[in-house]
Amino acid sequence: MDDLDLSEFHDVFFDEAAEHLASMESLLLEIDPDAADEEQLNAIFRAAHSIKGGSAAFGFNDITELTHEMETVFDRVRKGQMPLSPSVVDVFLASGDMLKAMFATRKDGAESVSPADVAALCERLRVFLDAPAAAPVAVAEPVAAAAAPPVEIAAPKAVEALPVLEIVFGPFDKTFNAEAVDAMVDDLRRLGRIEETTVVAQRQPGKRKPKPTERRFRIATAVSEAELGEALSFVADPAHFRFVDASTPIEQPDAAPVAVAVPVVAPEVEDFAPRAVIDEKDFCLFVDPATLPGNEPVPDAAVSKVVELKSAAKPVPAAAGADAASIRVSVQKVDALINLVGELVITEAMLAQASLQLDSALFEQLSKGLAQLQRNTRDLQESAMSIRMMPMSFVFGRFPRVVRDLATTLKKQIELKTEGEATELDKGLIERIIDPLTHLVRNSVDHGIESPAAREAAGKPAKGTITLRAFHRGGNIMVEVLDDGAGLDREKLLRKARERGMGVSDSMSDQEVFALIFDAGFSTAEKVTDVSGRGVGMDVVRRNIREMGGNVEITSTLGVGTRISIRLPLTLAILDGMSVAVGTEVFIVPLTYIVESLQPAESDIKTIAGQGAVVQVRGEYLPLLTLHQVLNLTPKVVEPHRGIIVIVEAEGRKTAMFVDELVGQHQVVIKSLESNYRRVQGVSGATIMGDGRVALILDVADLVGAVPKEYGLAA
Amino acid sequence: MAKTILVVDDSPSNRKMVQYTLKSGGYDVVEAEDGQDGLEKAIKQQAHLVVTDQNMPRMDGLTLIKSLRATSGYRSIPILMLTTESSDEMKGRGRAAGATGWMVKPFDPKRLLEIVRKVIG
Amino acid sequence: MSQTQTAVTAKSAGLSASHQASEFLTFRLGQEEYGIEILKVQEIRCYEAVTAIANAPDFIKGVVNLRGIIVPIVDMRIKFNLGQASYDEFTVVIILNVASRVVGMVVDGVSDVIQLAGDQVRAAPDFSSNSFDTNYITGLGTADDRMLILIDIERLMCSPDMALFDGGTVQ
Repeated sequence: MDDLDLSEFHDVFFDEAAEHLASMESLLLEIDPDAADEEQLNAIFRAAHSIKGGSAAFGFNDITELTHEMETVFDRVRKGQMPLSPSVVDVFLASGDMLKAMFATRKDGAESVSPADVAALCERLRVFLDAPAAAPVAVAEPVAAAAAPPVEIAAPKAVEALPVLEIVFGPFDKTFNAEAVDAMVDDLRRLGRIEETTVVAQRQPGKRKPKPTERRFRIATAVSEAELGEALSFVADPAHFRFVDASTPIEQPDAAPVAVAVPVVAPEVEDFAPRAVIDEKDFCLFVDPATLPGNEPVPDAAVSKVVELKSAAKPVPAAAGADAASIRVSVQKVDALINLVGELVITEAMLAQASLQLDSALFEQLSKGLAQLQRNTRDLQESAMSIRMMPMSFVFGRFPRVVRDLATTLKKQIELKTEGEATELDKGLIERIIDPLTHLVRNSVDHGIESPAAREAAGKPAKGTITLRAFHRGGNIMVEVLDDGAGLDREKLLRKARERGMGVSDSMSDQEVFALIFDAGFSTAEKVTDVSGRGVGMDVVRRNIREMGGNVEITSTLGVGTRISIRLPLTLAILDGMSVAVGTEVFIVPLTYIVESLQPAESDIKTIAGQGAVVQVRGEYLPLLTLHQVLNLTPKVVEPHRGIIVIVEAEGRKTAMFVDELVGQHQVVIKSLESNYRRVQGVSGATIMGDGRVALILDVADLVGAVPKEYGLAA
Repeated sequence: MAKTILVVDDSPSNRKMVQYTLKSGGYDVVEAEDGQDGLEKAIKQQAHLVVTDQNMPRMDGLTLIKSLRATSGYRSIPILMLTTESSDEMKGRGRAAGATGWMVKPFDPKRLLEIVRKVIG
Repeated sequence: MSQTQTAVTAKSAGLSASHQASEFLTFRLGQEEYGIEILKVQEIRCYEAVTAIANAPDFIKGVVNLRGIIVPIVDMRIKFNLGQASYDEFTVVIILNVASRVVGMVVDGVSDVIQLAGDQVRAAPDFSSNSFDTNYITGLGTADDRMLILIDIERLMCSPDMALFDGGTVQ
């Protein structure tokens, strides 16, 4: 047999470890130290244990060592020997971070963690081990209360007397001899301290050695006689042992963990040999292999008594994506698949275009086939897109930690709520929304929520709330960050803007004033704390969101709170758009921005001297954005009333875009302009039309932003 | 016909390693991710040997072994516990639960095959 | 609509490491002949179907669809004021692969691929050219009777005044 190379399993293990670390962290943050759920504690233990097992198998000794310490500490916690105090939680969170760093070193070649740091952390963990049942924190939590209820019996405090049971094994016969008792005693050792008191032996006629007829033992255990009897009857005929009255209690120096779990099952257990037949360092067989069936005849279909063991009360929070009915696929494969589907969509569009020229009656089969092809392609596309869709919980998942850490640093009390975690978003967008969203949340914590004192002074509860919410609206995903904090001060913002020489007026709507925060150069003063991370300003946040094809808006009420609303397209790759013609060029306008299109009457167009034109639509005056001017093209139509107005909504207001004509509505595959070129003002991307030509996709928010904000006319 | 081994472990990378090792030894392998899953799979398809981890969600190794022993078809099928916990206490519990034998993790793949061969040939 | 694609074949059989001889694609711009490293050349196409980009410099003609990817096209004749920029069925676009990006440049014509041994290349004198900034000229090559101006095309395309790529844009 060849030597097995384990390194190909590294990646699987890294993924798995990452999941364990993630679930461990979220459990630690969720868990209530005073009312810890047993299953949660077990799950945290298992996470550390699994990582340890895997890392040992792969020879990652530093990781093994740290997880071993963690496991030992947490084993005590879950068995109730140690209370789960906030400092334990903190150490564990810190350990989780350290592990992440250690994995990063191995997986991505990141900088190694300093062994001194690791040693210090192990030391912190060991401190908990040295203080047995005593609570390491000032708050004295009774051990019993900390341990979870059912099956496991909480270990009694340090030095305490345990009740003693006396067991007599015997009489011995052919089926049950004195040696068999040794095995039983071995089993009993796990239940308590056991010692042999007497052996009653009888002299046999003709034999030199007296044969034992009875062996007596004493065991100090918290297990009841009945339970002990049941456990023993597993391996011995009840006729061969009995309990007698115990006398003096045995002093129990250490509180050995006591697990009672005696199952209800009555199995037909094989007669085990008294000792392990093979007992090597790493392997142990309790049965003579010669007696093992080489070939077990396949039994009949009939299933006898299947023991239905109830799982723990609360189902274990599944590690993200660890479904039994799922498979792991590399992102590259998925992306490649999506690209191919995209190409298919383009090809299908080309065919559809070409076939327009055919006489559909003459080429009936062909037309039918193409129509079918279009349906198939659309279905395939939807299917492919959904592969990349992931629930928002992937994004929201990290925030409890972020908020907790930051709130602690700033000495604020904040509760984080999340809604709509199941809302799905394209993977590419998920990755790109994380940074801007993090910045916004940190901002809320930093500037939004007030200190507990300030809140109480304002008649609010000392604990502030930040809510993360995701939901679908129209053809978009909305992601919102809400806080019940101080809100934005309109006057203060206007003052600041004026100080910076920005062109503002009192007639600006609230939303326009709040949106000033996103302007570059505005937020610099607020960045002093740099708590909002990486020196990334709000302007970059908005730009990032725009680049994703989305937009962000703020609503706020002074003293009450703020809501930041991010709108994102459902997917990065495909867009529903309206193609419009300006001169000889065709442009795509994303449908999500379009309110309506119409041909205005000449009388509805008004020109404002020196400022531009407006269009009257149902009593509203909308600024006119003349595309051929902005894009520097020669149009076919110069007068708005001979062309088409496409009314779009962006940046909190409506604008009328003037184009030559509407060409059609299509679904287009978005191609990147920036991979080989650069960012172009007013253009968000490109696509390939049915005729193979490139059409530019307009960045509506960008274009609208260029239109002057004020007109002195009633909006 | 190849013998079937049921491998129960909540760690996918461990399962993969064990599966890989056993397959290279000519065995068929069925995987389960926890005790409950293992029990269901064991009933669905008769295995010649069960190799199980101890620490798993939903149902741990010891409970699985006890349940299997109560199931027809598995009363005397060899069951090996594969665990990091090598204490006598654990061994004792394993045996009391009905395990046929026990192996320590991390394991040497060659060793696993040796032992499996010893147990079911 | 036909697409003439002439992939430059393996005449260059991986000579990049060779100090002795390098292969160059030679092309004409105005009155002069230029040479660029063959390894930067992805393919040669004819000029067609360019979608203009609003408010871009005049030498950036726009973008084209190259088998599904969007590629900007630069007209070198306009950028460097070399001769007449006309577009007909013989106009050639050299598709380059530089700095992990794909860019096309319009030239008057492509000549051939030649090998230049070390001794066939002289350092460029410090003449002030009305065309390329001498920073981008790596030398002068002679082959037969022709003088070739050898250009570091990657450096040129990535320079800020070509206005092709954003500084610090993620690739």
